[in-house]
Amino acid sequence: MIDVNAFLGAYPWRRVPGTSATGLIEAMDRAAIASAWVSHLPGLWWKDPAAGNGWLFEAVAREPRFRSVATIHPGLPGWEDDLTTAVGAGAVAVRADPGYLGLSPAGPEMLALVQAAGGAGIPLLAAVRLEDGRGRHPLDVAPELTPWAVRQWIRASATVRLVITHADRGFIEEVHHGSTPAEAGRIWWDISWVWGPPDDHLALLLATMGAARFLFGSGQPLRLAETPGARLDLLSLPAADRAAITHDNAAQLAGRRSPPA
Amino acid sequence: MLIDVHAHFFHERAGRADWQERNASRLAAGERIGIRWHVASILGSWGHTSPVYFPSPDDVTFANRRLRDLAAAHPARVRGYVVVNPNHTAHALAEIATGAGQGMIGVKLAASRRADDPLLDPVCQAAREHRLPVLHHVWQHRRREWPGQEASDGVELCRLAARHPEVWFVLAHIGGGGDWLHTLRAARGVRNVLLDLSGSGVDGGMLDEALRAVGAERLVWGADVTLCTGWAKLRYLERRLPPADVALVGGGNAQRIFPPGAFA
Repeated sequence: MIDVNAFLGAYPWRRVPGTSATGLIEAMDRAAIASAWVSHLPGLWWKDPAAGNGWLFEAVAREPRFRSVATIHPGLPGWEDDLTTAVGAGAVAVRADPGYLGLSPAGPEMLALVQAAGGAGIPLLAAVRLEDGRGRHPLDVAPELTPWAVRQWIRASATVRLVITHADRGFIEEVHHGSTPAEAGRIWWDISWVWGPPDDHLALLLATMGAARFLFGSGQPLRLAETPGARLDLLSLPAADRAAITHDNAAQLAGRRSPPA
Repeated sequence: MLIDVHAHFFHERAGRADWQERNASRLAAGERIGIRWHVASILGSWGHTSPVYFPSPDDVTFANRRLRDLAAAHPARVRGYVVVNPNHTAHALAEIATGAGQGMIGVKLAASRRADDPLLDPVCQAAREHRLPVLHHVWQHRRREWPGQEASDGVELCRLAARHPEVWFVLAHIGGGGDWLHTLRAARGVRNVLLDLSGSGVDGGMLDEALRAVGAERLVWGADVTLCTGWAKLRYLERRLPPADVALVGGGNAQRIFPPGAFA
């Protein structure tokens, strides 16, 4: 299985176990996860998040089960160079979380990054949230990503491919059904925040949107690595659909370059 | 024996056309996970004819009756909590007496009245008389009032527990929203309060910190409205703890606090 939603490094708001490379590998082994797309967690809050990318590339170079997701801050001068560096370093995706970066979610900086990622053929990843809003630190007030922003992103580039993590059923449906089929076909959703039984949100989404749109993602180590596996084990999925969610969709995203803009 | 101490079901007056499907889904998922007992409540009409957390006496009575019907229909899988609204003291005490007499094994207090309010004392006295534990809905660190409920946090529940040392309290869903670190501090030395692990929250470190704060002897497993996250937490504990401790959290502690014979 490929976990597209994992982090390395300390969380600023509370003590979290397993944030080292060793800890992440242990959790992956525990949950039968073969490889993970990893972001540099503290860098999400840094003034210049790209400063964490070098550390991330080195960590990934030492561990063949990791693929890097480099953070890009499109509000900083020269951010285009960071994107080029990330592509050159073999990043599987780049990410920008506008709430943590202090950017307007669909402002000119974010739309420029969307277009550049589309042009470079590298997926752009963003999280709706990292933690339940009810439990966040009092000073952790960054706004969550909104569905309308994602709809703006997918319309801003004909080639960008988006990976959105930590979205719930309502968010996913608002974007998916608020997009053209061609647009919706360039958005992938991880299942880290989609509920299983008894409300069966994941089963419903798979029935209405198809397995091609979903990725295995946990949010570890901020969230238990076991969660998406338990979620899938509560479904009666055809083997091909399970393979698509747990591996094939991510592998295809990682291996495929979109056509030039 | 795996016991879900925090389960819910629906009925035909819950305002949901899919209520039977949701009940069936819970039971089917339970079979897959290996849940031996669902200890469940129905919160009035779930907001359909009175608010979820402020249910009318009529809705409470109907919901408790429907829960008993479910337990009768699934005698080897479902046990029930008596839901009460403590603002209606006489009604609450009558519901507890009726429920206890008809096989219900606990009392469910949600968020109709602050946990440390004196109006909860007669309810807890009745729970003691019938040897029923009290499952109390908790907002983990309530920093302000929240709409739709008169929520309580761990500090407030522990005040109630201190006044009723002979009653077992289950502090609901540490994964159900809010700051569970605050709860762990509040509950650390309060021996008659157990923490239920349910809720959609699967924060990394939550289970480790809970074990550190109160030990396996004071944790009880549950799922609430997301069985997938319940199963994830169980899987984590199975890798993290010796089997004897997993057995405690998964059901042994529940067997200890519920009435003798509750799971026979």
